[in-house]
Amino acid sequence: MTEKKTLFIDGKEVEIENERNILELCRKAGIDIPTFCYQPELSIYGACRLCLVEIEGRGILSSCSTPPEAGLKIKTNTDEIRKLRRMTMELLLASHPQDCLKCGKSTHCKLQEIARKVGVKEIRYKHSVKDLPVDDSSYSLIRDPAKCILCGNCVRMCAEVQGIGAVNFANRGSNSVVITAFGKDMAKTECVNCGQCAAVCPTGALQIKSEIDETMKDINNPEKITVVQMAPAVRVAIAEEFGLPPGIDSTKKIVAALKKIGVDYVYDTNFTADMTIVEEATEFVHRLQNGGTFPMFTSCCPAWIKYAETYYPSLLNNISSCRSPQGMFGAVVRKAMPGLTGKDNKDIVSISIMPCTAKKFEARRDQFIHDGKAEIDHVLTTQELAEMLKSAGINLVEMDDVDLDMPLGMYTGAGVIFGVTGGVMEAVLRFAAEKIGGIKNAIEFKNVRGEEGIREAEVELNGRTFKLAVVHGLANAGKVAQEVVDGTCKYDLIEVMACPMGCVGGAGQPVSEGLVKKKLRAQGLYNADEHCALRKSQENTAVYEVYEKYFEGGPATHAAHENLHTTYVARPKTDLELDMNRTAKDAVRVELNLSGENMRKGVENLMGDVFAKIRENGLQQQTKVVVTFGHTGDDPMVTVAGKTVEPEADKVVEAIKAVK
Amino acid sequence: MSETTGHEVSAFDKIEKVKEILDKNGRQSSRLIPILQEVQEVYRYLPKEIMNYVAQALGIPAGRVYGVATFYAHFSLEPKGRYLIRLCDGTACHVRGSEPILNALREKLGLTVEKPTTDDMMFTIETVSCLGACGLAPVVVVNEDVHGQMTPDKAIKMVDDILQAENS
Repeated sequence: MTEKKTLFIDGKEVEIENERNILELCRKAGIDIPTFCYQPELSIYGACRLCLVEIEGRGILSSCSTPPEAGLKIKTNTDEIRKLRRMTMELLLASHPQDCLKCGKSTHCKLQEIARKVGVKEIRYKHSVKDLPVDDSSYSLIRDPAKCILCGNCVRMCAEVQGIGAVNFANRGSNSVVITAFGKDMAKTECVNCGQCAAVCPTGALQIKSEIDETMKDINNPEKITVVQMAPAVRVAIAEEFGLPPGIDSTKKIVAALKKIGVDYVYDTNFTADMTIVEEATEFVHRLQNGGTFPMFTSCCPAWIKYAETYYPSLLNNISSCRSPQGMFGAVVRKAMPGLTGKDNKDIVSISIMPCTAKKFEARRDQFIHDGKAEIDHVLTTQELAEMLKSAGINLVEMDDVDLDMPLGMYTGAGVIFGVTGGVMEAVLRFAAEKIGGIKNAIEFKNVRGEEGIREAEVELNGRTFKLAVVHGLANAGKVAQEVVDGTCKYDLIEVMACPMGCVGGAGQPVSEGLVKKKLRAQGLYNADEHCALRKSQENTAVYEVYEKYFEGGPATHAAHENLHTTYVARPKTDLELDMNRTAKDAVRVELNLSGENMRKGVENLMGDVFAKIRENGLQQQTKVVVTFGHTGDDPMVTVAGKTVEPEADKVVEAIKAVK
Repeated sequence: MSETTGHEVSAFDKIEKVKEILDKNGRQSSRLIPILQEVQEVYRYLPKEIMNYVAQALGIPAGRVYGVATFYAHFSLEPKGRYLIRLCDGTACHVRGSEPILNALREKLGLTVEKPTTDDMMFTIETVSCLGACGLAPVVVVNEDVHGQMTPDKAIKMVDDILQAENS
C-alpha cells in the first residue's frame, strides 16, 4: 500500500490526490483562491497573478502554475499576499473602463467580484483606458476590447476546446489586445458563435448580444401574438439565477412567469426535438436502404454546423439534413399558429429561449428567412430570460406552476434529454430499437451517457451492429470529422454538440466554471426524463397530429422536406482574397479556392497552370483571377463567373471562353 | 507591355516565391517565424492575404499568424518604401545626437511618426533601439548599408544622392 501524500495549507494537512496544481488543492481544502486566468478545463496560463500563495522556503508563487508536492507548507492569506493581490487588482482596474453601472456584465462580473473580495477601496494608479472600437458585428456576441484584462481564457477556450482559434493575442507589451485575425469583424471570421469565449470571460469584454428590448416591445404590443418555444437545457439552469442549485426543473414556473409578462403561448422545443427524432431516424433508415452517405452526423447544434461548413465542407452531405429542433419549431409556428390564433403570420412573433448563443445566428440563416421575414423573430438565452424576468420584477422561484400550452407543448422524455451530450443519440436509439429492432421496452441506453469528449457505443438492431459515437467540444468533433475525411472512421452515426456537456453547458446558460454545475444540470434532465410518462419520441401523438395537419401526413413527405429540412453552405474562414491581376470590373471572375488539406498535395500548382493558360490564350484583360485560401478537406473549388469548373487549367480557359 | 501585365507578372512571381518558401520550410507550423521573415523579404512587408495563405498552408488559425506578425517589431504589416532608413536611437547614438538627424530626415521627406513612408513608396523612416554599432554613433542604416558618424547635413546629402541615382 502506498503512503498517502500530504501537504499543509494554512496549517491544515491536506491529501494530494490527482490535483494538477496547488490552487485546486486549496479549493479542495475549502479555500477559494481568487483567479481570472485559471479555468479547470483549459491549460494553465499563470498570467493574472491573483492566485499568489506563500510556500515556506520558496517564497510567493502563483498557485495555479505550481504543482503540489508532499510536505509543502502553504499560506494563503498572509498580510503580504493580501497586499499583493490588492495591488494587482488596482493595476488591472487602472486600465479598466470602470463604467460598471452601464455594463451588461455588471453583478455577474468576476472583476467586480474579486475587487470586492480582495478589498480594493482606492485605485492609486492613474486611470487610463484604451480607446478601442466595440465589435458588434456578430448576431451572438459583442466584443469590447477596452474591458479586456488579457487573461487569455477566451483564446485558450477557442483554440483548445473548440479547435478554432478565432481570437488570439496580437501586438506586444502595453499594446497587447485579444483580437480576431487581422482585426476583422467577428461575423467575418471562422467564429462559430458558440459563445464559450464569453462564458469564460471574467469581464464584459465578451458578452452575449442581448435581444431583451426588442422582445419586450413585441410582448407589450397588443397587436402581436407572441409564441415562445423553450429549449430543454433552459429549465434546469435558469433557477440558478434566482439562487437555487443547478438541476431543478423549472418548466412550469417559466411558463407562469412568461404568461405573467404577457406572452400568449408558451410551448416547448422538446416537441420538435421529438419531431427531429422521427424525421432524422427516418432519414437514417432511408440512407441505409438507399446506399446514402455514411457516417451520418446529427444536425441539432448550430455551432457544429457552422464549424463543419467552415472546416469540413466536403462532409456536408454526411450531416443530417434535418433542421435543428429550434429550426423545426420555427416552421411549425408559421404553419400552425395562424390557424390556432386566427392571426396572420405577420402579427405572430416567434420567440425562442435557448441555452445557446449560436441559436441567434441560426435563426438568421438564409434558409430560415423567406421574403425578408424570419421564421423566428427573437432568440433569447437563459441569461437574458432571467434578466428580462428580473426587469419585470418577477422572481421565478415564487411562481406557481402553470402547464405548457398544447398541442405544441407536448413532449416525451426523449425530447428532454436533447439538452445533454449523448441525449440525441439515446433518443434516436429509443426510436430505432423499436422501429428497426422490434424491441418494445428499450428506454435507457446508459453507455452513450457520460462526460468523455468522444464516447463510443455499439447497438445491435435486427441483426446488424451499428457503431455510434457521441462527441462534445468541437476540437473533438474535428478529430472525428478528420477520420471521416481520411476514410478511417468506423462509426455509422455521430452526435455532435459544441459545448462542454452539450446544451446544458451552453454559453447562454448562467455562468458556471468547470463541469460541476453542468453535470448537475445534465442529471436534472435525466431526472425529468424519468418522470415523463412517455419516454420515446414515437409516443408523442401531437407530433403525428402536426404531421397529419401540416406536413402531408408523415416524415419524409414533400412538405416535411420543404419545411423541416435545410441545406448547408461551404463557408470560407475569411473573406480575404488575393487579386492576381487588376482588370476591368466587367472581366470574367475566375476564383481558385485552394484547400488547406490539398495544399500539401501540390494543389497550388493549379494557380500557375491556370495563369499560364490564360496568358497563352491572351485572356488576361478579360479575366479577373482571384485566389482564396481555406477550405479544409475539400477539393480545390474553381469557379468561373460563379459556376464551378473542374480544377484543370484547360477547363478553366474553356469556361472563360464560353462566358465571353 | 501594359501596366496590367506588369502587375500580373509580379503578383504571380511573388506568390510562386511564397510557395517555394513554404515548401522549403516543410510547411511546418514550428517554422512560422522563418517563413514570415522570408515572405517579408519578397513583399517588403506582410500583406494580410499572404499571411492568410501561410496560415492555411500550415494548418493553423490565421489569428496566430497575425499574433506573431504583430508581436515582433521586425515584421511590418504596412508596405515599406524601397529605401528603408533605420536610424539608431539607442543610448550611445542618442547622446551623440541622433534626434536632430531624425528631425532633419523627416522634414526633408515630409514624414512623421504616424506617417513613416513617403507617398511614392520610395522612403521609410524607422527608429531602432540599438544596431550594435555604438562605436560609429550616431548610425543610420539604409537597407543593408551602414552609415556611421552621421550628422543632419550628411543625412540629407545621403537622401539627395539616392534621389539623384534614382532619377538618372
